Amino acid sequence: MSKLILRNIAKSFGDFQAVNDFSLEMKSGEFVSLLGPSGCGKTTTLRMIAGFMPPSAGTIEMDGQVISSAGAVVPPEKRRMSMIFQSYAIWPNMTVGQNVGFGLEVRKLPRADIERRVDRILEVVQMGALKGRYPAELSGGQQQRVALARAIVVEPEVLLLDEPLSNLDANLREEMRFEIRRLHDEFKITTVYVTHDQSEAMVTSDRIVVMNKGRVEQVDPPHVLYGKPRSRFVAGFIGRTNFVERDGATYSLRPQSIGLSVAKPAANAVEAEIVDRAYLGEHWDYQVKPLGDARPLRVSTGPNAIFELSQRVWLEIDPAAMVRVEA
Amino acid sequence: MTVSALPATQTAAPRSRGFDPTWLLWIVIIAVLVFLVVSPFVHLLVTSFRSEKTGDFTFANYIAAYGRERYVQALLNSLQLGACAALLAGLFAVPLAWAVSRTDIPGRGLIRTLVLATFVTPPYTGAVAWILLAGPNAGWLNKIFVALTGAESGPFNIYSFPGLVLVVALYSYPYIFIFTTAALELVSSEMEDAANILGAGTWRTMRRVTLPLALPAILGGLIICFLEAIALFASPAMIAIPARFNVVTTQLFQFFGNPVRVEVAAAYAMPLLVVTIFLVVIQRLMTRRKGFVALTGKGGERRPIALGRGRWVLFGYAMLIAAMSVFLPYLFLLQAAFAKAWGKGFTLENLTIRNFRFVLFEHATAPSAVAHSFLYAAASATIATIIAISVAYIVNRRLIRFADGLGFLCVAPFVIPGVVLAIGFYSAYAPPPLALYGTALIMILAFTTRFLPIGYVNANAAIRSLNPEMEEAVRVLGGSRMTALRRVVMPLLKRSLFGAWLLMFIPATRELSSAIFLYGPKTKVVAVMIFDMSDEGNFEYLAALALILQLLTLPLLWIGQRAIGRDFMLRRTAT
Repeated sequence: MSKLILRNIAKSFGDFQAVNDFSLEMKSGEFVSLLGPSGCGKTTTLRMIAGFMPPSAGTIEMDGQVISSAGAVVPPEKRRMSMIFQSYAIWPNMTVGQNVGFGLEVRKLPRADIERRVDRILEVVQMGALKGRYPAELSGGQQQRVALARAIVVEPEVLLLDEPLSNLDANLREEMRFEIRRLHDEFKITTVYVTHDQSEAMVTSDRIVVMNKGRVEQVDPPHVLYGKPRSRFVAGFIGRTNFVERDGATYSLRPQSIGLSVAKPAANAVEAEIVDRAYLGEHWDYQVKPLGDARPLRVSTGPNAIFELSQRVWLEIDPAAMVRVEA
Repeated sequence: MTVSALPATQTAAPRSRGFDPTWLLWIVIIAVLVFLVVSPFVHLLVTSFRSEKTGDFTFANYIAAYGRERYVQALLNSLQLGACAALLAGLFAVPLAWAVSRTDIPGRGLIRTLVLATFVTPPYTGAVAWILLAGPNAGWLNKIFVALTGAESGPFNIYSFPGLVLVVALYSYPYIFIFTTAALELVSSEMEDAANILGAGTWRTMRRVTLPLALPAILGGLIICFLEAIALFASPAMIAIPARFNVVTTQLFQFFGNPVRVEVAAAYAMPLLVVTIFLVVIQRLMTRRKGFVALTGKGGERRPIALGRGRWVLFGYAMLIAAMSVFLPYLFLLQAAFAKAWGKGFTLENLTIRNFRFVLFEHATAPSAVAHSFLYAAASATIATIIAISVAYIVNRRLIRFADGLGFLCVAPFVIPGVVLAIGFYSAYAPPPLALYGTALIMILAFTTRFLPIGYVNANAAIRSLNPEMEEAVRVLGGSRMTALRRVVMPLLKRSLFGAWLLMFIPATRELSSAIFLYGPKTKVVAVMIFDMSDEGNFEYLAALALILQLLTLPLLWIGQRAIGRDFMLRRTAT
């Protein structure tokens, strides 16, 4: 049975349609990301799942029971979920231990149980030594770990994460996305993760919901999204791509699926000129203009494939790499 | 899942929209605010159109209020007083504010402290001190002048229009100082550097960049000063009446004399109310005008401007102002408080502590007046804090519809001068069925309304600083809203709420303008006591009592600074 079902959810604020006809079924233990640019409705959707907002239409069901509809909403404190917030929302008036133990306290567990479980989860997130500290004494990354521990220790039915890494610096962000996936693999909690960062979503998720302007564009595992984007928006949002118009249809062509060579290859080759280039260490980023065509294509090559500006080259395109997308 | 201590059955009962308990809260808060804010205001309006004898609708009160030339003259006097006092206060405050916030003037901390000392000196205490200093003949400045020059008499006479302007300006300039420093501290040095590098010198930069950026704040401060001056009761009563002219507030007081003509007073209060509302709206529009908020928030780095020798000139100016507002007044208040007769001067035989003993232990009403002041102030500050935090929370979390209207009611009393508020309270609650006139309750409620805007502005700022996610984290982990309030919101807001409480409590202990219309024989407060003593000419007792009031305020200031930071008193009005 599905753990969480969102059926035709919509949310409007006055005339503004924040979320439109959103449907999603999640299996128990699944990790799904809601991915999209800011203002696409992903956080609104998450807050409806948490119960902070009633939907304008549609229903949300957990374990087969309706927990949200336009007329009635189970309040957040009765949903047995937990959530990690963009600001972490660590309570500065409580120690690390008190923060983490709070949810268990509310559930009226015996004191000794609470201590044992808090100690264990703090070990899991490598914060065991800092139990007595106050949040003001912690770094951003440590606060993030406290937030994770506090959310996981209550063993929620569903874990919700709202752009949890957006306040961390780049290195820490990379470390924490693996940490989140590791914790998910350990505890198997059904998880909804909201982010605007595609690599975060790709590292952590079983499936990704790409959203745009309140609508679902595509729901698929990360490699399918990248390899077979269904719409122009998805192709452009997940990774970089070229759009090629052929016979009235639009195709997405990834920069690394185009080959560059000085000598003319066997088939499917087009002669072109290098119009711009940038060296990024791990690869070269070329702008290449096919002769007689107005728009340049973007081509990615290895760091050792060096071409000069204005040089004539041959473009080699694998027809299988051309993915037809909806305009 | 092994443990989910919240029973699964609970999820099966979604809360429906049928009965909403927040309605109850809504009704209670509406009722309280109607009682404290709306009803006195409405009664004031209604009373001004009601015939004293028959209770019918009439314009007679307005005819009575504006029918005599001297009543109209009093209105004009108030406007003139407001304008002159605001301009003079601006001359005191603006150079000081610029010097303290933007230059390397020596003793910046000292100057700020002296401005604070001025700010916490009640206007009536300052007025009394200036009567001691510049009273005709007997005033100290006149005596010193005579001793130095051998002239027949000294030139100073506080009982005059210029005298009143000086006293009012001296004790209201801190408002302009506060507004101006707050604005100047947001102008970054980089903005000035940008002007310098384009070829503008220090003077030109100040004239073209710095001052224009601070101008809305300065004008806002001038307006507040003007409003303070026209709403002031004590200083005009002590100085204008002996000088044989009236202003609006003293005229209102006379309408309240025997017999009480509250209908005429209500009609006569209208211009004061209208002018205040009008100017407050202008002030808000001005300080909110876009472009001037370009003050980028971070402010960037600020380097003090090096003034060279000029800094000592400015320092001298600051000390001159401090001498007039703090040093001389307190010196001669101390002298009077410890003197058998203040006119006999600084001699050992004249020294006594009898005045303190008398007002603290022997006087028939002074000791209880001190107790009343602090009791009423504590009660009203507490009630106002509770109302302010509840409404601010409801408004910010949008718990109920039309919440913004509640917030508006909380700040609305800001535009009602103390005397006008008192007349409103009198018309609403002095007659039966409530018949609260002369009770402690009416004093407490009037003080609550009077200082509620300060509490609300502070409570609102405190709640805005609190990320709602802090509470959502509680809810999502299974705690109710009440749990969130008890375990997270209240512990985090403790300090700021205490600060808000103090910011209402301190002015409430010295409130005169609303108390003077509402006190009864059993509910006298210190301010009224001091006012009575000045009427009787008991300056020795009066000085002792005024100093006791100031002394009792000191620990509060100290606690406030410890709890919520230096300058907390000066920062409050800049919001």
